[in-house]
Amino acid sequence: MTEMTPIARGVRPFSRMLRLTAPNRADAIAFVLLAGLAMLVFRGAEGIAEPLSRLQIEPVTLDPLYLPYYALRTTLRMFAALLASLVFTLVVATLAARSRRAGQIIVPALDILQSVPILGFLTFTVTFFMGLFPGRILGVELAAVFAIFTSQAWNMAFSFYQSLRSVPSDLDEVSRSFGLSPVRRFLRLDLPFATPALVWNMMMSMSGGWFFVVASEAITVGNTTVTLPGIGSWLALAITQKDFVAIGWAVGAMAAVILLYDQLVFRPIVAWADKFRFEQTASAERPRSWAYDLVRRTRLLSLLFAPIIGLGRLLLILDPGGGHRRATKERPASRISELAWQALLAAAVIFAAWTIIGFVMRTLNWGDALAVLGLACLTMIRVLVLIALASLIWVPIGVWIGLRPKWAERLQPVAQFLAAFPANVLFPFAVILIVQWKLSPDVWLSPLMILGTQWYILFNVIAGASAIPTDLREAAGMFGVRGWQWWRQVALPGIFPYYVTGALTASGGSWNASIVAEAVSWGDQKLHASGLGAYIADATTAGDYPRVALGVAAMSLFVIAFNRLLWRPLYAFAERRLRLA
Amino acid sequence: MATIAETRPLVELSNVRHFYGKGHGQMLVLDDVDLTLNENEIVGLLGRSGSGKSTLLRSIAGLLRPSEGDVRFVLGEDGNTPSVSMVFQTFALFPWLTFLQNVELGLEAQRVPAEQRRTRALAAIDLIGLDGFENAYPKELSGGMRQRVGLARALVVDPSLLLMDEPFSALDVLTAETLRTDLLDLWCEGRMPIKSILIVTHNIEEAVLMCDRILVFSSNPGRVAAEIKVDLPQPRDRLDPAFRALVDDIYARMTARAAPEPARDGLFPGTGIAMVLPDVSTDALSGLIEEVDAAPFDGRASMADLADELQLEVDELFPMAETLQLLRLADLSSGDFTLTPPARRYAIADVDQRTAIFAQALLAHVPLAQHIRRILDERPGHTAPARRFRDELEDHMSPDYAAETLRTVTHWGRYAEIFAYDEGADQFSLDDPS
Repeated sequence: MTEMTPIARGVRPFSRMLRLTAPNRADAIAFVLLAGLAMLVFRGAEGIAEPLSRLQIEPVTLDPLYLPYYALRTTLRMFAALLASLVFTLVVATLAARSRRAGQIIVPALDILQSVPILGFLTFTVTFFMGLFPGRILGVELAAVFAIFTSQAWNMAFSFYQSLRSVPSDLDEVSRSFGLSPVRRFLRLDLPFATPALVWNMMMSMSGGWFFVVASEAITVGNTTVTLPGIGSWLALAITQKDFVAIGWAVGAMAAVILLYDQLVFRPIVAWADKFRFEQTASAERPRSWAYDLVRRTRLLSLLFAPIIGLGRLLLILDPGGGHRRATKERPASRISELAWQALLAAAVIFAAWTIIGFVMRTLNWGDALAVLGLACLTMIRVLVLIALASLIWVPIGVWIGLRPKWAERLQPVAQFLAAFPANVLFPFAVILIVQWKLSPDVWLSPLMILGTQWYILFNVIAGASAIPTDLREAAGMFGVRGWQWWRQVALPGIFPYYVTGALTASGGSWNASIVAEAVSWGDQKLHASGLGAYIADATTAGDYPRVALGVAAMSLFVIAFNRLLWRPLYAFAERRLRLA
Repeated sequence: MATIAETRPLVELSNVRHFYGKGHGQMLVLDDVDLTLNENEIVGLLGRSGSGKSTLLRSIAGLLRPSEGDVRFVLGEDGNTPSVSMVFQTFALFPWLTFLQNVELGLEAQRVPAEQRRTRALAAIDLIGLDGFENAYPKELSGGMRQRVGLARALVVDPSLLLMDEPFSALDVLTAETLRTDLLDLWCEGRMPIKSILIVTHNIEEAVLMCDRILVFSSNPGRVAAEIKVDLPQPRDRLDPAFRALVDDIYARMTARAAPEPARDGLFPGTGIAMVLPDVSTDALSGLIEEVDAAPFDGRASMADLADELQLEVDELFPMAETLQLLRLADLSSGDFTLTPPARRYAIADVDQRTAIFAQALLAHVPLAQHIRRILDERPGHTAPARRFRDELEDHMSPDYAAETLRTVTHWGRYAEIFAYDEGADQFSLDDPS
């Protein structure tokens, strides 16, 4: 603490930044790393401004030399979408939390959008964005980025909204009693408080995004197919050419990319965000990151962050002020404006419903709707059976790992990595097997749905099992509780709240995955399972918008019903009865 | 303090009333409070939980606006409106800001230039004696240090009036004592910029130790029940007979209110089955009976001694004592707590007899327990959904109070074995799984 006092005594942080000191070794390493990153960003961004015809001149090739470039383009798309999601979150969630009326619409909308199959929308958005920038790659790029965005934004916004609504009341009172202006309050209280949950959700979103980036790079619009340079297009090409080695390369590249961004981006962010965790006692173990430590040790680097800090400062300087010093009586909104608002909402709802029904009914009839419901039931059976199977396998394994801290420490990151890995990259292997052994696609395509999402069950169960208090385990041991009784009274109740979280995520993900998992191809061989996912996939390829809309609506309905009728009650039960305080 | 300086008013409250909730189940928490805070005095608000002290404090802080009445700040000699700032029970420090940044928060909100901000913050830190910790984060500090930061943060904006919401109740006894003494020293030496302090507390001794004037609040709804001037010179000595006499006197006043009204309905808000029951465990009740039954009390104790002996604050001791009074197991008057004959029998009884005594008291004196038991007796299956009683209670009180009351009566009823409750099915029944 010897060094702190002079800094605290009157020297401001900004002047400290400008104070030139001899760069240290950490500076050098960090500088090279950052310069490299910047180079990569520029290199990757170059391709975006080109005209669309460029894609025909330089089509995606399966040359491993190009793979790093493709991986780069894909990663940049991911981060562009993440940035967009972040901006969306900050604006929309803040609006929802601040304005009661905005909240009335935004909150349920976010809740529903979280569980809607994003892949189904691809057809609509591509057309729109290509129309915005006709003949330019930018349009298609934006469409791809938007597709990823739609898979990332909702849960981030929802978490941010919930954080804003649960700001501790004493901190809220401090801010109000000092008359902090809205901007200052946001930067000082709301944003920091919401950061840890937001970072966690960004990581989840990122994992989910990989799945969609693979599916959204090779886009078919009507009868033209645009393939953006990226891992997804590489994969699509490898599948049509039946190039086994190329798929292996893609898997490797994906693994490398995920590992890199985890180490270079998310670990440092998590380590940094730890200081915003709202607790008054120092936690036993803090998340660590070598990259974060490196950045913190350097001095030159703070210059690089000056723009971000500067932006915050600028906001504060331009801050119009207007923090209300004294509370005003809550003015009940006038009856007339309230009525007008409700009437407006009702009119909008009726109009929207009318449009949708009209659009779908022009080409479809009740028979179609019934058929879709039947298909949805098929997919639902798949999801249920698969979740049950995955639970039977992973719950015992997860508990076993979770109770052994050494193993848990090593395997937890692996499970999280597997959850982040886009399982659709692995689909071709499964297809080859099914074709080879002449298996029934209706049965054997199903496991693909849960290939990527089962890991959520595993790592949540591991977390739950390691959270079972030692005294409970010791008590169970003392009284000789073992076998089925041990599972029934110790392990299962202990992990249940965690298990529900994992199973909920896995089930939602599986519904979504069914769109790519129920209809897969290998070269000219097409495997097809009957189900709602395949229905949507087929309608998308055929450009049959009414069918896509019907399929998406049906799936949304099922997912939401699933959440409301199965997972939420289970979750409430777990919270009430089984949460270990 | 008996000073010759004229007492200028700082804040005047008139006819302040406040309700929580809307429509049915609306609770009146503050009823017709008139209050003037003067310069150069420490005023204590003393009362139990639910007496609206915190609501009153927040009305003055401008954090909420009372449903009716005025909070008026009297312009100072310099023509400025008096300013207030607040110290919180939970410290309310921002965990992501350093100690120094936390202190500077209020200045930052006022757009004080950075250099000046730093100088003033360091002066405040110096005043409360925390030099050297400027760059520490709150989680690195102990509770006492955190509350010092809270105090520095409140003082640095030069408030005329310092509001303190149970500032020492989250600290251990020794730390709390140190902080109280330090604060009093600063006040007596006139080293703080403030003109007056308003402190909310549950602790009668703390109030007598610090305040020049104590306002005793009655609860449900909160009203000023008594105003007590404390003329003892500072520093005060807890063992001084005059000090003890004053503490006893306040206990007497706090127990006096129940006497003129019928004991059964006067204690807790609401009457009949709509009475709000406090969350008091039967173990605590047994413990209190045993304590008073044994030597040195022998069935009769002054509330002040009891609080001292058991290290309980007003908001913990009073609900227990009043519950026993409600059950006619004790009598509470003029600061004395006396066990009734059934309670003396209870103290020496075995488990089964205790259950019987408690059951008898419960069925005789708690209308809600009576009511539930009667319904269960009348129904053919001897079961009744809890929802039904919850709805009934919500006709008379807010959902929170209804839930707490039902929880309490469930707990008491289970202990007395007058009915059983199944949480999963959310229903009451007569059969006891024993």
